[in-house]
Amino acid sequence: MGDTPATEPESEPDSPGVDDDVIHDSVIHTRALTKRYRGGQLAVDGLDLTVPAGSVFGFLGPNGSGKTTTIRMLMGLIEPTSGAARVLGRPMPRSARTVLPHVGALIEGPALYGFLSGRDNLVRYDAADPTADPRTRRARVAAALDRVGLTAAAGKKAKAYSLGMKQRLGLAAALLQPRRLLVLDEPTNGLDPQGMREIRSLIRELASDGTTVFLSSHLLDEIEQVCTHAAVMAQGRLITQGAVTDLAAGTRGRLVVTTPDAGEAARVLKEQGASDVVITEDRVTAEPPDRELADLNTALVTAGVRVRGFVVERASLEDAFVALTGEGFDVAG
Amino acid sequence: MSRVEVDAPQGRGELRDQPPQRESRRTTFYGTLFRNELHTTFRRWRTLALLGVLAAVPILVGIAVKIETGDGSSAGGAGGGGPAFISQITNNGLFLVFTALAATLPFFLPMAIGVIAGDAIAGEANAGTLRYLLVAPAGRTRLLLTKYATVMTFCLVATLVVGVSALTVGALLFPLGDLTTISGTTISFTDGLLRALLIALVVAASLIGVAALGLFVSTLTTSGIAAMATTVGLLITVQILDQIPQLDALHPYFFSHYWLSFADLMREPIYWDDLTKNLGLQALYAVVFGSAAWARFTTKDIGS
Repeated sequence: MGDTPATEPESEPDSPGVDDDVIHDSVIHTRALTKRYRGGQLAVDGLDLTVPAGSVFGFLGPNGSGKTTTIRMLMGLIEPTSGAARVLGRPMPRSARTVLPHVGALIEGPALYGFLSGRDNLVRYDAADPTADPRTRRARVAAALDRVGLTAAAGKKAKAYSLGMKQRLGLAAALLQPRRLLVLDEPTNGLDPQGMREIRSLIRELASDGTTVFLSSHLLDEIEQVCTHAAVMAQGRLITQGAVTDLAAGTRGRLVVTTPDAGEAARVLKEQGASDVVITEDRVTAEPPDRELADLNTALVTAGVRVRGFVVERASLEDAFVALTGEGFDVAG
Repeated sequence: MSRVEVDAPQGRGELRDQPPQRESRRTTFYGTLFRNELHTTFRRWRTLALLGVLAAVPILVGIAVKIETGDGSSAGGAGGGGPAFISQITNNGLFLVFTALAATLPFFLPMAIGVIAGDAIAGEANAGTLRYLLVAPAGRTRLLLTKYATVMTFCLVATLVVGVSALTVGALLFPLGDLTTISGTTISFTDGLLRALLIALVVAASLIGVAALGLFVSTLTTSGIAAMATTVGLLITVQILDQIPQLDALHPYFFSHYWLSFADLMREPIYWDDLTKNLGLQALYAVVFGSAAWARFTTKDIGS
């Protein structure tokens, strides 16, 4: 497996009986995936998720929205109550043995053997993979440690690691082999801003090599910065999924005019067809009308409004999320 | 293997399996994970502490016997109390091996096994490392077999630690030489050593049942401590029940019932009846609880 280029997710052998292209162009594909826990609680409810090959896919949702349960089902750790999941084109959990060697995963934070050194932790996880070649183990472990910047601390016992170092070691475990899919559950948890930036650039680097990255996070700006695609979950249900640009485009931007003559500006804007005009001190915000905005500015200036700033604030993913769920980004009750 | 084949989506239309991918050609390196597991287990401070306690038992017994018999009286007194063979230690240090095994088999040895076996799966679940082993993917059946093999290895090592410690202390404190069997015949010291080794192997095999039971308990919980405590608790309960005459009919099914039959290896000729019953019973426990552990572990949702 070490000789397999990680760059060809589309080289999936198609089975003659299956003609649905979506299934085979996607790295993860679920149909009506449902998990009801023994207590009767519905954690994931009829999830239809499609992760395109080569994407950096952001999996968003508040805590308790079913993200981790979904990831556990995809990784074959828990059995779906109903529905089906395919990873790398093959059914899970049935094909766990052939699929998982191509998948690196960080699930709900790192878990380490505190009494082993960082290096020995990786050696152990690598030994657990029957497809990993023991002859190249040392070299691959060293390379993975280097990639996350842990070479200097490799000999230290893992219990002496800081949270950030543990997170890095967990990431290193996911990078022991060239992978076709990386599943990263909150990968920047516990990292300082510098560490977060490093991880983000690592993710971009891996993605440019062709690895599909499935990134779960509750940090919207993190998703916006690195992801090409995203899905939003709330209370076990999928609310939307698609390209990040499309998702944000669904929500229109707001016009923001900064001026000392706020009252007059608001009047002119309404006159020009803007709706939902809100005045806050020296800022006037409004839904812009469907016409050339430069004319709007001219109208303001002609009316004697002293304009300090005139800008359309692009909708963020957060705006999209609020628009979609009609609620803030809080823990589901 | 594992639940994957038990209740996978049953080949409905678009879910039907594709031809195997070319990459995952290499078959299992059982030895590799097993070796790593041994390495991991025997490097733990806790494992070494357990072995240390086991090594200390023969030292304490040896010193106690030495002190007590310093005035020329025989150990165990006229009443013949204490573990089997204890009265013969002063004549021959080799008997300390038998005494030490008889003293540790009812409790210390199975307790140590209970700790290691109980922690095997539950401890990994507790630390969260289980999910990473399974995603690696270790394979549930493979992981369980590896764990069982490691616990069995620990049984053997623990027994040998007791035996070697006892032999060393016995040789240092007491004379060695030809020895008298329970049947009254005399065998050479070399023959005696071989018997001692055979006894150690039988004692190790006597622990298979507890090991299987502990491993099964370990698949039921995600708390290593709870699994260890339950296994040790079961051990004590069974030992107590084995002493209650009214439960006579059940006694032959208690894993500890024939434990002390290893003494029959010191008869001339060897009396095999209870020995084979013991080994058969251990095999039965291994099959029953091994299957139960497998059934449980391969279908379990790993939520930790």
